[in-house]
Amino acid sequence: MSKQNQKPQVKPKLDPKTLGRIIKLLFKFYPVLMPGICICIVLSSFISSLPSVFTQKILAIVTTNLQKGETNWTVVKQEILPLIAILIALYIISLILLTIFRQLIAITTQGFIKKMRIEMYNKMQHLPIKFFDTHKHGDIMSHYTNDVDTLNELVSRSLPALLQSAVIVLTVLFIMLWYSIWMTLIILTGVVAMVFVSGKIGGGSAKYFVRQQVSIAKTEGFVQEMMNGQKVIKVFSHEKQSCNDFDKINEELYNDSYKAHAYSNTLGPIIMNIGNILYVVCATIGGLFLLLGVSNFSISGLPFTVDIVVPFLNMTKQFTGNVNQVSQQLNMIIMGMAGAKRIFALMDEEAEVDNGYVTLVNAKIVDGEITECKEHTGLWAWKHPHGDGTITYQKLEGDVRLFNVDFGYIEGKDVLHDVSVYAKPGQKVAFVGATGAGKTTITNLINRFYDIADGKIRYDGININKIKKSDLRRSLGLVLQETNLFTGSVMDNIRYGNLNATDEDCIAAAKLSGADDFITRLPEGYNTELLNNGANLSQGQRQLIAIARAAVADPPVMILDEATSSIDTHTEAIVSRGMDKLMEGRTVFVIAHRLSTVKNADVIMVLEHGVIIERGSHDDLIAQKGAYYQLYTSAGDFDLE
Amino acid sequence: MVTELLKKLFKSVREYKLPSILTFVFIVLEAVIECFIPFITANMINSFSKGVDIKEILKSGGLLIVLAFLSLACGGIAGFTSSKASSGFAKNLRHDMFAKIQSYSFSNVDKFSSASLVTRITTDVTYCSQAYQVLIRIAVRAPLLLIFSIIMAFIMGGKLAFSFIVIIPFLGGGLFWVAQKAMPSFRRVFKKYDKLNESIEENVRAQRVVKGFSREEYEKEKFTTASENLCKDFTRAERIVALNAPFMQACIYFNMIFVMLVGSMLVIKSGGTMINVGEMSAMLTYGFQVLMQLMMINMIYVMLTMSAESMRRIVEVLDEEPTVVSPENAVITVKDGSISFKNVNFTYSDTAEKYALSDIDLEIKSGQTVGIIGGTGSSKSTLVSLIPRLYDVSKGEISVGGVNVKDYDLDTLRGNVAMVLQKNLLFAGTIKENLRWGDENATDEELVAACKLACAHDFISSFEDGYDHYIEQGGTNVSGGQKQRLCIARALLKKPKILILDDSTSAVDMKTDAKIRQGFKSYIPETTKIIIAQRIASVQDADIIVVMDGGKIKSIGKHDELMETSIIYREVYEQQMGGAVNE
Repeated sequence: MSKQNQKPQVKPKLDPKTLGRIIKLLFKFYPVLMPGICICIVLSSFISSLPSVFTQKILAIVTTNLQKGETNWTVVKQEILPLIAILIALYIISLILLTIFRQLIAITTQGFIKKMRIEMYNKMQHLPIKFFDTHKHGDIMSHYTNDVDTLNELVSRSLPALLQSAVIVLTVLFIMLWYSIWMTLIILTGVVAMVFVSGKIGGGSAKYFVRQQVSIAKTEGFVQEMMNGQKVIKVFSHEKQSCNDFDKINEELYNDSYKAHAYSNTLGPIIMNIGNILYVVCATIGGLFLLLGVSNFSISGLPFTVDIVVPFLNMTKQFTGNVNQVSQQLNMIIMGMAGAKRIFALMDEEAEVDNGYVTLVNAKIVDGEITECKEHTGLWAWKHPHGDGTITYQKLEGDVRLFNVDFGYIEGKDVLHDVSVYAKPGQKVAFVGATGAGKTTITNLINRFYDIADGKIRYDGININKIKKSDLRRSLGLVLQETNLFTGSVMDNIRYGNLNATDEDCIAAAKLSGADDFITRLPEGYNTELLNNGANLSQGQRQLIAIARAAVADPPVMILDEATSSIDTHTEAIVSRGMDKLMEGRTVFVIAHRLSTVKNADVIMVLEHGVIIERGSHDDLIAQKGAYYQLYTSAGDFDLE
Repeated sequence: MVTELLKKLFKSVREYKLPSILTFVFIVLEAVIECFIPFITANMINSFSKGVDIKEILKSGGLLIVLAFLSLACGGIAGFTSSKASSGFAKNLRHDMFAKIQSYSFSNVDKFSSASLVTRITTDVTYCSQAYQVLIRIAVRAPLLLIFSIIMAFIMGGKLAFSFIVIIPFLGGGLFWVAQKAMPSFRRVFKKYDKLNESIEENVRAQRVVKGFSREEYEKEKFTTASENLCKDFTRAERIVALNAPFMQACIYFNMIFVMLVGSMLVIKSGGTMINVGEMSAMLTYGFQVLMQLMMINMIYVMLTMSAESMRRIVEVLDEEPTVVSPENAVITVKDGSISFKNVNFTYSDTAEKYALSDIDLEIKSGQTVGIIGGTGSSKSTLVSLIPRLYDVSKGEISVGGVNVKDYDLDTLRGNVAMVLQKNLLFAGTIKENLRWGDENATDEELVAACKLACAHDFISSFEDGYDHYIEQGGTNVSGGQKQRLCIARALLKKPKILILDDSTSAVDMKTDAKIRQGFKSYIPETTKIIIAQRIASVQDADIIVVMDGGKIKSIGKHDELMETSIIYREVYEQQMGGAVNE
């Protein structure tokens, strides 16, 4: 694996497909506002390019009057004031439009970003566990941070600026053609040069900006690792080496950042000064044309006069300014596109498929028959619709059987082979074996985090593929080795197991699992806020909350992965008691590490390389003197991780 | 306050002072040239208005082209130097912070969360370097251009320039008002934004729980509410800022009308002597310039205040002083692995009421094996972390090889005391690279020998690429037990005089655990071994076993003695061995 040497081949490009999709979504989310914004931008930009015509007219009037030697303001006023009035009117309209579309953009972009974020998040909830197992969490997160930020920039600033500049350029172009095609051609030549330069330099800049993003991510990854391992670094006096390693990555980031900025910082002066040169060329050629009396060629058919040359000079400036504006946005556009592409990729990930049609419903028994009912009765049933339109009900009992199951995370590489396990309601099945033997994998299959490759799994006699995933999982309790708690109060965290549970239910569950004792001693009791995955609690305490959370769900079947972490004997005893309470009266699949768990199990499965090599009760297996006996006598417990 | 922060941060500019100063110089030059350009274009337009004077046009045109090239050169150079300066400044800041963090002792590290240090080194530095670039590019240029433009406007336009006197305070005040109004809401919004992202991270981490409890819809609802909420605040803040553009535009328009109306009047009335058409259009340009520069100055103000928080967070890291440092004239050899604790007391913070360790007296001879046992919170880990001076004692004295640990050079001391931490870590890289943390120059044979001793050789060999097997960040692709054994091997490679295992075999099965301990006995007999364990079996055959409770040593002795004398020890033993004994 050459993880360290991945030099990403970044080819920044304007991707019309991604852009099209962004625009389509914008219009889909805001079918009224978006066209409104576009109209406002177009009108406002169009109107704002008109005043140059009128200012030019005013200047022309002043010039001619000056040449005539007219010094009476009241005479000239007659001609000028109407033009000023038109100007004021245009300005006011343009201002109103500007205000409206700026406000609308503020509203829509934030709304758009919100919707994208929610859509991404909602999609993520339906992605299979495999996605989370195969993607780095930091990577998934950067969709919500970096990518959303660049998309925000793209939608709120770059795209409107692009549209605005495009309209102005087109309007000005038309006015120019109206006046004189010769002069227009000269300006266009200059603009082509500018576009060429911005393409070259802007492209280079974008390339390094994208690279800079990658370097930042790399630096972040490195620093994160080193910060987490700070204590190890100290213990090994490894400070100098890690500084040196950091300097290397730091230098790389510096290079990318330097180049990215150097390109983008020089682009502005270059464009602006091409503009200046263009100005001179226009003035000179215009002057020469006037002197030589070159006949005009234009849409308007106006003769070639000073009144045409001078406005052209101003329009040159306007042109240059707009090209410059667009070129400054180029980085953001390219980076925004890259971000959008990643966001779309996440949204396009294939969701977990669920073809299940058997659902879990509240039930009661009427005349010895199970019937569905709305209210909670404590009795649950599987509602099984059949092809012929009939519906049968099957009581939820917790009978889980695996028949000849094969499975591999990667196709062709079996992790489990021909695994059969039968658990009748209330029976406890314990899995033991070394790490990698497939214990966790079996539990991943029962709740369909992963789907089996071959074989069958039946729950109360129903093939689990037919059961709606959410209902299947609702019927299976889960306590994982690694405890994950949520930001919120202790009570909220327990209630996570069953949203309909009352406070009393939650407290009862906490009492059952032995968590009540320490919770009541917390400063705010059950209302204590947990932060950062419950960092303010000890490991054992967090496990107890997880057990209470599973207890309040009260499912007939439990999947338990006992923690191997080193908690002290006293806390461990409380946790064990909680676990034992939780197992009472339920069908249980447990990945066992404690002797008492194994001894209490109805059947123990010994796994080796994905195959069940021994099965039976503790006493049976001891008597067999096989692999289990070996494990038991050598280890004394089952901390085999 | 900001100036003080800046002073501290600017120390990291170092070799990038020259590019920074050059940026200054060239930006100013460019600004000066930029101010002359409208002057010349006005000239050119004038030469049209009095009948076409091609000579005049060519003269001005030639001058303008020269200026354009000069401006291009200055702008280009400044573009390069400013990029170099700001990227270099960022690089130095990151280097300084990282180096500083490396010099931290454990108690410094405990103060900052690792996530916050990561943000400080990346995001905060990026903000600062952006602010720096703006500072050297615009902070000089904008006020200069502003003043130049106003002066030029007065020279050229005379009375016309008085329109600026109306507009500048108006626009300046307006922009300032918007900034004042928007900044606090943005700060609030960003805090909320961070919170939202934290909750996403939580959700990603806890996907198994979410799916296991079928809580997808619940999570969606929770997130939607939070996003709606954030969006509302964000929109409010953005809408305030969105007022800037029309406001600015209104000022430009006002200036246009004023120049057009009053300008025309002045031109006509004075017959072009007081002011001419060319000057009039130059006034439009200067008006635009002035307003742009006001906008820029406002931007600097916003940027500096917004990045003040980042600056503060960076300076906080740089200002933190390491609490444990090597003394002068330090001892650089460790005689042997004997350890003595004399009346040692320790607290983690000066304000703590209770001692984490109190009245510790302990003599360990070189080469002994010492077991330490006790419940959570009995300060076993604390006790051993004082030996390599990860923390300093509050009272009393610890000596290694007969010398007070405070007299050793830190590298020497830690080089001779190998500690396998309870929360241990492997780093992204091959197994070999990880092992060589212990000894950079270790030969392959030495690596294998250490791994055999730590019972890691067999499983390493079972990997396709053996010792070149790539370990993912945090060591997630090896099991807990394998990780622990690799960490032990890594520590063994230091060939330490003292080896400390802090609950380092908890995930290793007992048979292997016993084998490792047996190996220690036969292969590194002269190394002092200290083993902290939850399992009695791990310490049972130690030379001395220390039983700890509540930060104090309760009993010291051999296994058989403790079974007689220590109630705690016997209880733990019975609890753990209960099952097996019955068989």
